[in-house]
Amino acid sequence: MAKLKQQSLHKRENQLANSNRQLEILNGGIFENGELPTFAKKITQTNQFPLRPKKLEILQINVGYMCNQVCEHCHVDAGPDRKEIMTWETMQKCLEIIKNTGAHTLDLTGGAPEMNPNFRRFVEKASLAGIKDFIVRSNLTIIRANKKYHDLPQFFKKYNVHVVSSMPHWTRGKTDKQRGEGVFDMSITALQQLNAVGYGMPDSGLKLDLVYNPNGAYLPGDQYSMEKEFKSALKADFNIQFHNLFAITNLPISRFLDYLIASENYEDYMYQLVEAYNPKAVKSVMCSNTISISWDGYLYDCDFNQMLGLKVASKVTHINQYNESILNNRDIVISQHCYGCTAGAGSSCQGVVTT
Amino acid sequence: MAKNYYDPADLKKFGNITQWSEELGNKFFEYYGKVFEEGALTAREKTLIALAVSHTEQCPYCIDAYTKDALQRGVTKEQMMEAVHVGAAIKSGATLVHGTMMMNKVNKLEM
Repeated sequence: MAKLKQQSLHKRENQLANSNRQLEILNGGIFENGELPTFAKKITQTNQFPLRPKKLEILQINVGYMCNQVCEHCHVDAGPDRKEIMTWETMQKCLEIIKNTGAHTLDLTGGAPEMNPNFRRFVEKASLAGIKDFIVRSNLTIIRANKKYHDLPQFFKKYNVHVVSSMPHWTRGKTDKQRGEGVFDMSITALQQLNAVGYGMPDSGLKLDLVYNPNGAYLPGDQYSMEKEFKSALKADFNIQFHNLFAITNLPISRFLDYLIASENYEDYMYQLVEAYNPKAVKSVMCSNTISISWDGYLYDCDFNQMLGLKVASKVTHINQYNESILNNRDIVISQHCYGCTAGAGSSCQGVVTT
Repeated sequence: MAKNYYDPADLKKFGNITQWSEELGNKFFEYYGKVFEEGALTAREKTLIALAVSHTEQCPYCIDAYTKDALQRGVTKEQMMEAVHVGAAIKSGATLVHGTMMMNKVNKLEM
């Protein structure tokens, strides 16, 4: 079992567990005094304000904030002490939406989605809806965390789930520093198990992608160069194979914001994000083709807005009134954290957004 | 004039050098950008060379910039320190190899 580094901000009653406090920080200081332009001002300068959705492609459902890990950078503030879990009743409403959605991708996330007691039942039912790409974001260690999860690779295979897993580095030191002691070894074993059932193999239809995010107050490097490094190191050291690497920028919210402030890196990091602003990335930013659903059925422009409590600016804010055509006619809610998705080559749950 | 010769904030002003000599400044940045593109060497290899040279040149701005750049490219601490040792070895070797000049001179002058 991986050794947990700490408790969630919520459990510690840290002021940043409060999303309003996070927004105060993001809207204040260097953005309030005009030292840096707000995100709204920046996209106005490039004629991209207000941000509007395009065709809905991805339905991302967060089935709960409970997780077996307490990663330092987690934007969800997930951990074993988080009790927010999607009920079966809410899942059933989500299944109705999945059956009727125009989206081609279903993306289950958490927390560790597998820890939701109804996870398997939900995957079984959702797989019947005929969605083209069915993603589960798995932290890998969950597969090794308890006997009851050991067969997850076979379960994923049975329902042709596309597995997207976090792996911050190909070395033990960097991985364990971010995600907790022992995480690297457990992740390696889990990846080998996934490979063993066919996931990630060169010509396999069983898709296995890895997610890389930086281990501190800096932006991710070029996704394709990083992918080459990851592939050659994991193959040489552990005979592990995977398909694609997604390089994701850490957004300045929740635990990563806490780290930035505590390490006195916040202002420098915001400068980096603003300096790396790329108007081309704004065109393909993930909120333009995604709807994010929270454990309690509320609707958001993305998982980050969900964690900041910024619901969609629409008449429809909950799955009880779900209506895609009404939802698609909205302005996307933004704040300074959005710079994280428009820096450099851009960043989304599917990695870079520009080529 | 600031109280310190070096200020981290000045690194952000590097681009301003074009203000007093636009043509030369632009030519420099164009050259600089081209040098660091992927070529026969990968951008990652170039970063490690730049990191080592930043140390031998003892340029605080360069150390700041290329340490961050190395982290962004997934370079490990061990790789970074080895690169710095390469620079240090050449720097000390370059000093020491001049000892042969000194020896030549002594041998020429002494009876």
